[in-house]
Amino acid sequence: MLELKHLAFAAGDTGKNTEIIRDLSLTIPDNRFIVITGPNGGGKSTLAKLIAGIEKSTAGQIIFNGEDISGKSITERAQMGIGFAFQQPVRFKGLTVLDLLRIAARRQLSVGDACEYLSEVGLCAKDYIHREINASLSGGELKRIEIATILARDIQLALFDEPEAGIDLWSFSNLIRIFENMRNDSGGKTIIVISHQERILSIADEIIVLADGTVQKQGPRDEILPEIIGTNIAVNACHKLDGKEAAE
Amino acid sequence: MKAMDAVQKRLLEEVADLHDIPEGAYNLRANGESVGRNTTANIDIQSKTDRSGIDIRIRPGTKHESVHIPVVLSESGLKETVYNDFYIGEDCDVLIVAGCGIDNCGSQDSQHDGVHRFFVGKNAKIRYVEKHYGSGAGSGQRILNPVTEVYQEEGSTVEMEMVQIKGVDSTQRTTLAELKEGAKLIVQERLMTHGTQQAYSVYKVDLKGSGSSADVVSRSVARDQSFQKLDMCIIGNAACSGHTECDSIIMDSGRILAVPSLEANHVDAALVHEAAIGKIAGEQLVKLMTLGLTEAEAEAQIINGFLK
Repeated sequence: MLELKHLAFAAGDTGKNTEIIRDLSLTIPDNRFIVITGPNGGGKSTLAKLIAGIEKSTAGQIIFNGEDISGKSITERAQMGIGFAFQQPVRFKGLTVLDLLRIAARRQLSVGDACEYLSEVGLCAKDYIHREINASLSGGELKRIEIATILARDIQLALFDEPEAGIDLWSFSNLIRIFENMRNDSGGKTIIVISHQERILSIADEIIVLADGTVQKQGPRDEILPEIIGTNIAVNACHKLDGKEAAE
Repeated sequence: MKAMDAVQKRLLEEVADLHDIPEGAYNLRANGESVGRNTTANIDIQSKTDRSGIDIRIRPGTKHESVHIPVVLSESGLKETVYNDFYIGEDCDVLIVAGCGIDNCGSQDSQHDGVHRFFVGKNAKIRYVEKHYGSGAGSGQRILNPVTEVYQEEGSTVEMEMVQIKGVDSTQRTTLAELKEGAKLIVQERLMTHGTQQAYSVYKVDLKGSGSSADVVSRSVARDQSFQKLDMCIIGNAACSGHTECDSIIMDSGRILAVPSLEANHVDAALVHEAAIGKIAGEQLVKLMTLGLTEAEAEAQIINGFLK
């Protein structure tokens, strides 16, 4: 179980900090598929990074399976079973897809095992297993490899930061299938996906709407989804234009 | 053949991936003298009579054979210059493995300067692997100054893998190549320096023949207070194509000076150079840390991959 207690995060130059997460409290039970949505700049990615330890909270606590992990490093949190898929996957000169999957699995994964994970994300393993994770891979390919690294890990909590960003429509259909599989075969894992996509929202157990750095709504999909579909919650940034500029 | 001791065997393993005596043709040199040699029906090795070194002659049409000529130095204070000439016949397809390992536990400098010249026949294809390695806790320096000269006839291909990852205190590497019509040169250099080591690597590739091409790629890592200068020059004297790339990572207080240069003396010479130097990207470290590696483990994985 993941509990966030009065979590806060501020960034910026000294004296002029901007609060990105403010007094955020949240409880996420095990074995759930959670989608966090909300307007751009609302703090979603920051929240995921705070949970993974990539950013350090300025106040509050993060409790994972009963243990306060607020002061733990990225590595320690990863070793406790927290996985994080980047919105923009990182490229590595020289490291191959197989190397990365082996690092993720923390064992000498056989080529056969590695192929299973790649097949799972819709990549033909023999074409990719020895490819370098460099600029020769497209955004969609990188994204799928990123997801495969999460599948290869033995984790309890998986965080996906906008997995649909930068991928084509065909890849997106595959992505939905991957998440559906993960949801149906979660094996006790909790999956938290940051997304704006209705199709991803529609497979969530629970939806959390984050805006202005705090939880605006939280509840079962059937309760929250009808409230946000067709509303302007995802276009909050345009509100600023509704007033002065829009009138001009 | 003289027996090698454990240190010499370890050096041999590092520079030539050999646990013992290789198959095929070979010449093993330890502490300034030949300790073993084998020739085959197609590959002959003879000692030079005028100076230290050997002539390796490979008969035209020889395919899928290999020559190993590793050198190991385990005696402190030994300094030598060795001249090895390779005459590769037309239409050959062979592997040549060279390399030098120095173990210096003493206070005097140990130095091996190997001058290798390759005369590559028409349409011949060679793969040349050269690894340099140093070890030993003595205060004496481990110095290697290899000179490699490559003369390629029409239609020949030379692939070179030059690796120096560990333990060489000072190195001045010079590689010169001349390519005739349709010849092709591919160089992959991997270099890592530690401590206060200094490495200078100079390439000068002269594309003389029409349709000749060169691809010279160097990946290097400078750690601690070490310094590297990478000087890569391609000269296009005909309708040819050339590419050089220096891709370097600096760590700690390491310094790198990359000087790629191109000289086009023909209107159809297509030459490109790329050079990039930087530290390990923070996002790469973070990504591997989110997979459970410590920062030091992540750094090692990134460097290993980069120099692979």
